[in-house]
Amino acid sequence: MNIIVCIKQVLDAKDVHLDPVTNNLVREGVPSIMNPYDHYAVEEAVRLRELLGGKVTVLTMGPPQAEEVLRQAVSCGADHGVLVSDRAFAGADTWATSYTLAMAVQVIEAFDLILLGKQAIDGDTAQVGPSLAMRLGVPYVTCVQKVREASDSGLILERMMDDGYDLLAVDYPVLLTVVKGINQPRVPSLKGKMRAKTMEMRKLSAADIGADPLCIGLPGSPTQVEKVFSPPVRSQGTVFTGSLDEQIDQLVDSLKPYL
Amino acid sequence: MLTIERKEGIAGAGDAMEAQGLGSSAPLDPASCSGVWVFGEYRGGALATVSLELLGIGRELADSRKVALSAVLIGSETGDAAGLLIGHGADIVYRVDDPSLASFTDDAYGAILTALIREHKPEIVLAGATAIGRSFIPGVANILNTGLTGDCTELSIRAEDGALLQTKPAFGGNIMATIVCLHSRPQMATVRPKVMTPLAFDGDRQGQVIDVTPSPAQLASRVRVLERVVSEQDDVNIQDADIVVAGGRGLDSAQGFTLIHKLADSLGGAVAATRASVDAGWIGYPHQVGQTGKTVAPKLYIACGISGALQHTAGMQSAETVVAINRDKNAPIFGMADFGLVGDLFEIVPKLIARIAERRKSWGKS
Ligand SMILES: Cc1cc2nc3c(=O)[nH]c(=O)nc-3n(C[C@H](O)[C@H](O)[C@H](O)COP(=O)(O)OP(=O)(O)OC[C@H]3O[C@@H](n4cnc5c(N)ncnc54)[C@H](O)[C@@H]3O)c2cc1C
Ligand SMILES: Nc1ncnc2c1ncn2[C@@H]1O[C@H](COP(=O)(O)O)[C@@H](O)[C@H]1O
Repeated sequence: MNIIVCIKQVLDAKDVHLDPVTNNLVREGVPSIMNPYDHYAVEEAVRLRELLGGKVTVLTMGPPQAEEVLRQAVSCGADHGVLVSDRAFAGADTWATSYTLAMAVQVIEAFDLILLGKQAIDGDTAQVGPSLAMRLGVPYVTCVQKVREASDSGLILERMMDDGYDLLAVDYPVLLTVVKGINQPRVPSLKGKMRAKTMEMRKLSAADIGADPLCIGLPGSPTQVEKVFSPPVRSQGTVFTGSLDEQIDQLVDSLKPYL
Repeated sequence: MLTIERKEGIAGAGDAMEAQGLGSSAPLDPASCSGVWVFGEYRGGALATVSLELLGIGRELADSRKVALSAVLIGSETGDAAGLLIGHGADIVYRVDDPSLASFTDDAYGAILTALIREHKPEIVLAGATAIGRSFIPGVANILNTGLTGDCTELSIRAEDGALLQTKPAFGGNIMATIVCLHSRPQMATVRPKVMTPLAFDGDRQGQVIDVTPSPAQLASRVRVLERVVSEQDDVNIQDADIVVAGGRGLDSAQGFTLIHKLADSLGGAVAATRASVDAGWIGYPHQVGQTGKTVAPKLYIACGISGALQHTAGMQSAETVVAINRDKNAPIFGMADFGLVGDLFEIVPKLIARIAERRKSWGKS
């Protein structure tokens, strides 16, 4: 089993805000973390390798420091890391990102399975998984909440739906995006941490993956960010007074339109 | 009145395997694109309510572009769904009704929508940001080599150039971003349920239903659906609910959550939870709201025993009205609540349930 896991380094969304004067994203002091959903993708890949043999390659497109999340994944059991990094990738939207990842996947090796997180918490798009599958011409399943059965030929999966789940069967090669409920990620082992520290990362540039300059970064992105702004602040809430019973009375009266 | 027309086949390729060949599929010519489309999501014998909401905003966009509004209905035994779509604002419905479309698959739904878009060249395509919409629409946009903005909360047309301004929350809602797709068509967006308003149903609206027969290749799926499991609790579809009652670590146990279910039942609402209570095993992950859970935008969100961490509020801050019940008056949730009650939820919630029942009676509601 050759498994590739695509992971992303993101700014910790809870600390991100706009500078009220310049309207620029304030990055100073905001930690970069592995996208939370991607932990589950790495863990699921390691579990499947433990079950079926093979190897787990973690792949990221990002700036040089994105290497950190690759090392973190290796400390949690991944075998190899590949960093796809080039100034020319800057400004990529999900179309350009999935093109770049697809080109990189093709130079890495043949794969049976590709795993991704459901979505990245910076853009909250959840688009890279399906788009990457389309680029590679393989089937995909999003929001996998459980791998029920895994064999050398295929998988039986639960896909989370709005009102329950679908039970699905699919053969390799296939791409999956996973949600949080799928597993409980392990903490890095001491041995893993050692390996992560010393491990040689494979680095690929735009030229290395044979990318068309018109398909990457800003030139390759059909969408552009027109503007960013802070969300409207919610108006100051009502504080009720009186005894608890009186407060509940007032609340129920205020909620009348909804009840 | 509906006019119904029958058409054999959808022109253009569109089977699942055509994605081979990196970045090679020809984009649509923007000059030849016109019309606003809405994906009519049909599952379990009913249209998703978000599809009707999309017709509301779709009608506005179509009128401002002076073009027709069409809906694409994909499913099996869709009954009078096409009529509903017209009554709620569509001028044309492309109906693809086939027994093999009873279960959703990305391959078949994607191939059909892609082929219809290639044939009719709309300039805007909208779908609900539901499990289904967020799964297959990105594949369609990718294969058409066009842009997609996921989970939009605001859409409008820019007067100068007719561009669709697509606004969505990013970074868990700490920032809003307006996205444009200037040079590729169609401009595609998925839209968060509950933020747009449907038009009232008008049974006299005129419209045309065009029945389209998909090809066997378009119906094929590489993923096989073995079973569809609908949760036995009807309070799990939290994104579709007008009222959501949410519980957190303050509930103390799975037993504590029965109180939340009771309040939700009494309001006809759905039940949500924080990550802390999901991780504790008190309630299932499908109920989790927040950065690593679902995003909801109900009319009313009642947060009980929830501190209001940003990772949680990221998933509910576009609720219309927020009520917080917490014994800690400094809990951050009060900073975003419209109405707050400081006190023990085990005392407050039962009283609240009783009071709601009493008041409803006096208002003459059952
Ligand atoms: C990467 C990452 C992703 C995350 N994603 C999510 C997510 O998607 N969703 C999410 O919810 N969280 C998420 N979190 C966790 C989040 O940071 C908070 O830890 C979590 O939301 C807290 O849940 P809580 O409010 O139930 O618990 P607590 O913070 O413990 O709050 C419990 C509240 O209940 C009150 N209380 C206790 N007893 C009573 C009583 N008897 N009556 C009244 N009030 C009472 C207390 O005063 C307290 O304010 C994430 C965290 C990380 C790091
Ligand atoms: N630059 C990237 N490098 C590697 N993987 C990525 C990148 N961007 C997104 N992904 C993967 O795609 C998933 C969905 O991201 P998104 O579509 O951006 O919300 C993430 O959870 C990652 O697994």
